[in-house]
Parts: sequence; structure tokens; C-alpha cells
Amino acid sequence: MVAWLGFERRVALRFLREGRMQSLLIIVGVAAGVAVVAYISALIAGLQANTLEKTLGAQPHVTLSPLDDVVAAAAPATGSTALQQVQPRAQRPRSVANWAALVPVLEALPGVAAVSPMVAGAGLAQRGEASKSIALVGVELERYDRIVNLRRKLVAGSARLGPGEAILGRDLAADLGVRVGDRVSLVTTSGSGGGSSTGNTTDAVRVTALVDLGVRELNRRTVIVPLRAAQSLVGLPGGATNLDLVLDDVWAAPAIAASLAQRWPYKVESWQDTNAPLVSALNAQSVSTGLIRAVVMVVVVLGIASVLVVTVVQKQREIGILRAMGATRGQVLRIFLLQGAIVGALGSALGVLLAVALIVAFTSFVKGSDGLPLFAITLAPGLALRIAAVATLCGVLAAVAPARRAAALDPAQAIRI
Amino acid sequence: MTVPLLELAGVRKRYNIGRPNEAEVLHGVSLTLQPGEFAALIGPSGSGKSTLLNIIGLLEPLTAGSYRLQGDEVAGLDDAALTLRRRSTLGFVFQFHHLLPAFSALENVTLPALMREGTVSPARRAQALAMLQAVGLEQAAAKRPGELSGGMQQRVAIARALVMQPPLVLADEPTGNLDRASSDEVFKLMRHMHATLNTAFLIVTHDPRLADRCDRVIELVDGLVQRDAPQVAQGAENLPPTTATATP
Repeated sequence: MVAWLGFERRVALRFLREGRMQSLLIIVGVAAGVAVVAYISALIAGLQANTLEKTLGAQPHVTLSPLDDVVAAAAPATGSTALQQVQPRAQRPRSVANWAALVPVLEALPGVAAVSPMVAGAGLAQRGEASKSIALVGVELERYDRIVNLRRKLVAGSARLGPGEAILGRDLAADLGVRVGDRVSLVTTSGSGGGSSTGNTTDAVRVTALVDLGVRELNRRTVIVPLRAAQSLVGLPGGATNLDLVLDDVWAAPAIAASLAQRWPYKVESWQDTNAPLVSALNAQSVSTGLIRAVVMVVVVLGIASVLVVTVVQKQREIGILRAMGATRGQVLRIFLLQGAIVGALGSALGVLLAVALIVAFTSFVKGSDGLPLFAITLAPGLALRIAAVATLCGVLAAVAPARRAAALDPAQAIRI
Repeated sequence: MTVPLLELAGVRKRYNIGRPNEAEVLHGVSLTLQPGEFAALIGPSGSGKSTLLNIIGLLEPLTAGSYRLQGDEVAGLDDAALTLRRRSTLGFVFQFHHLLPAFSALENVTLPALMREGTVSPARRAQALAMLQAVGLEQAAAKRPGELSGGMQQRVAIARALVMQPPLVLADEPTGNLDRASSDEVFKLMRHMHATLNTAFLIVTHDPRLADRCDRVIELVDGLVQRDAPQVAQGAENLPPTTATATP
């Protein structure tokens, strides 16, 4: 059994060792390129994960709500034309039809991690002379916790949501001057209490906890109450204005939303629909990282190629001797392809180490106001391996042209040089 | 009669065909070499010696004529076939030693085996060491070519050319770059190896002193064989005793 590329490997390694300075320079060059690519990849992955977590931490991945009310214009009689203008309807609060039966069905779908019914409405929170507009959120605490991880966002009090209790956004509590245990009045303009849609409904609740939802606007407006309390405040007894879904994979949201919308007559929105600017920002970021990576890789390829071209010229005589001794064109080709691969592989190994050092430096020097790292960035082993494999492949690619040149050398001429 | 080692008939070589500087270097060379011969190829500069040696060494294709190597026609074979032929039949010794500077003397001698087998087996290593010993350089096995004198380098090159025991060694001015003492030493070594291994040698040389000591002299003038004559080695007194009975 012929040892795999034994001859090519030995000669390639010797050639690289012989041109030590050249080899070292190009390996360091490859390492720098790989380090930049690995570092940027890890940084952007960490940044995006952090942004996503901050954004999606306070909102569901998919929201299911009733279809908007639309006014269907009367069709004109056949043969006649009607000039008409349709006044859009005001959207009254409505319940997701049959939501209680829908929740277990949605929960059983593949890819869905949790489902939580919600009653959302608008209102005012009043205490003394302060009156603040609020976003009223009625939920079952256990289920809602699985959507937004409410317990982790607690800044004061304990996560409890019994009848007559409420959890407030941190800034709202500050605006109203309330602390845990204090009472607040919630007022809505429509509710079941008055019996008509014009009367005000008021409910007094006791604050059990304060939360930081990560976004100031939310902290300033959010009041979380039990589902039942919200139903009566908003005037939807037994109803739910929407169902919130959390998925196993956030990027599957559009596909799952589309399939749900096709199955049932509901309005289904993915988080990408509601955060279009964020999604396009993330995409732009991904595209520009991709560009940077591609450019760096091209530079790496050109660097390796230029060094190998020089090596081929320097080694013409040796190539000629090897050919005269009976080395085939294929063997000469492989000697130089291997040199590219070796340079690529050594460079990537060094580059990954360098990237890890950069990441350690970043996480230990760049810190937030609380003294903790701004966000976690780590170089996933899979990513590192992938980058190293790509760089090695780039090394081989870079070697193709010089290797072909070496293989095509006329031995008789090469020896004479 | 055994099959000739090589048989050239009407070999022509033309360069730059179809261009204004087209030139014919060999005008129909015919030549036969038997196994185990020790022949010199001489001639003035520009007579086509190196071209002929390259053609015989399968490093260059011929333009017209026939070349039978060990009975097989090789004119017109492609590069891959020629390479394998070269590997199995020929050893080369060049003027400027042409060892690989990155490899030690022993590694240079094991290269042909490594090239063929992908690895150097202990047997191959032993064979290479024995060959280095035969050229008197077993002490220098671990040295790089840069650490050896010109004559020593050429002896390593001879060991490398012979290690796979090819039937023919082609030497292009093997002593052209050496002083007189080293040159004699290298020549004696070639005669000695010829005597012990019965390898055929074809030696291109400018040096009439060396040519006179070969068994046969082929003189090339203006791309044609002008003289091809056997001769009694005149320098016999300079040779090691073993060579006295070496001629097959």
C-alpha cells in the first residue's frame, strides 16, 4: 500500500521549511485573515443574538389575532358602474374565536414551544393626581412567563398575579410614584361593567411586582393583570384579543405564521412582520459581514497564491530534477496544492487562536455600566472549524494556478536554469 | 543477440517550428547502445550533444525519426508514459550536481524510492545507505548538500542515479564543474560503479582526457554523428583495479 501522498507531503513540507521566512510570513498573513473573519463572525453572531434576545425577550414570535373588520362594498348591479368610497371601520376589540380550544391545538404543533392567550387594551392608570396612559395586558401568568420570561425581568416584588393584583412596568411605577404593595386605579373607556360601550370601567389593583421589559416605552406603559380582570376591563368577557406563540427557532416564524394563516381565518403575524426595520438592519449587517469575510478570504487567497508563484519560480530547477527523476506532472501539481493546504491549515489554526484571544480581550475590556460584559461573544467550535476548513480550501484554491504552472514546466528547460 | 538498450534511427530535432527562428539541431542521428556500455558523447558547443542527451533521457520529444528504448518505440508517447519510462529505465547525473538542497544526502538518495512508493521502507533505506557507502560517503549521510564539496555532491548524485539500479545512466558534463582531482575521482567512481553494477553509462563531456578513458566515443558535429568508435581505455592505469576486467 502506497502511503497517502507520502512523497508529495515530504517534498511540500521541505519546500516550506526551506523558505522559512516566506512560509512564516504567509502563514501569519493567513492567520490574520482567519482571525478577522472568526472574530467578526463571533462578534456579529453575539451582537445579533443579543439584539434578538432583547427584542424577542419582550414579545412573542408569532401573534394570532382576529381578522380586521372590513366593510364590504355593495357590488353594483351588472351592467352599471358605481362610484363609491368606502369608509374603513373602526376596529373594536374582538376575541379570537374559539381560542380556548385553539390553544392546545397550537401547542401540539411542531416547532411551537409555548402559547399564551392575551387580552390587550388601552386605558389609564391613576393614582392621586397622576394619570398615565397604559397598555393593558391580561394574561395567565404561568403561560405568559413562557413567552416573555417575566420572572427573569422582575426588578421588585414577587411574580404573583392573583385576582385584584397587577405587575407594572418599572418606569410607569416611577411616574405614578407607586411601590410594591401600593394600589393603583385602572380605567378603561369600554368595559362590561357599564353595560354600554360608552361608560368607563374602573378597577383598583394592588401592585405585586415591577418589571424591566428592556424597552423604555414598554416599561412606561405596561400593566399586566390577570386575564379575567382584563376581559372585564376591555369588555370581552371570556375572550382573548390574541394568542402569543413562542417557537423553538425564531427564524421559522414567517413560515409557521404563513402556514397558520392558511389553515385558519385569523390574522397571523410573525415578529419579522412587526419588526421589519430590525430585520432589515440585521440582514444588512449579515450581508456586510459576509462581504467583509469574502474580501478577507480573497486577500488571503491572493497572498498565498503570490507567495507560491514566487516559490515555483525559485524551485524551477528542483522541479526539473524531480521530473527528470521520474516525478509525474500529477505529483508536482500535488506538491504545490499541498503547500497551499498546509499554509491554509496552519494559518487557520493560528488564526482561530488569535480570534479567541481577541474575544477574551473584548469581553474583559469592553464592559457595560454594570461592570458585566456588554454581551456574550463566544467562538462556537463548529464555526471555528468551518472557518478553518474554508481557509484550508482557500489555500488549495490559491495553489491551483502556481501548481499548474509548476506541473507544466518543461523538465529539460527547468534543469538548464 | 540481446535487444539493444537503445536504438536511434534518423532522429531529427527542430526548435521553434513555424516561426522565423526555426532551426534544426539534429539532422538525422542514428545510434545504438548495448546494455552495459560505457560511452562518451563528445563534440563542440552547439553540436547538439545536450539536445541528444535530453531526447535519449525522454526529457524532450524528437521531431522525426525513431527511438526504441529496450526494444519499445518511445517516439510519440505522451508525457505520463515517458515519465514512467524515465523512472524505470534512467538515472541522471547533471553538471551542477542538482541535489535537492532541502534534503540530506541520504534523503536525496532515497527520493527515487519515496517518489515511487510513497514511503521509504527500511530495506530502501539500507539500500540507499549501501549506495552512499559505495560512493564513499556514508559519513556524510546526514549532511545537507550545502555542507558538501562539489565532488562529494556529485558522488551523492551518482548514488541517487544508481540507487534504483536503472539499466542506463545519463551524465551531462558530470565533471564540468569540478577541479581536476575531484573530476578524476568522480570519473573513477563512475567506472567503478559500471564495473560492479554493469549499468550502461552515456557521458556527455568536453574533456578529451575523460573521453579517452571511455570504452566508446561518439562524436557529434553539427547535429550529425561524425565518429563512433570503440577504443581501448588509455587511462587504465588511473582506474581502480576492478575496472580492468569490467568491459562486458
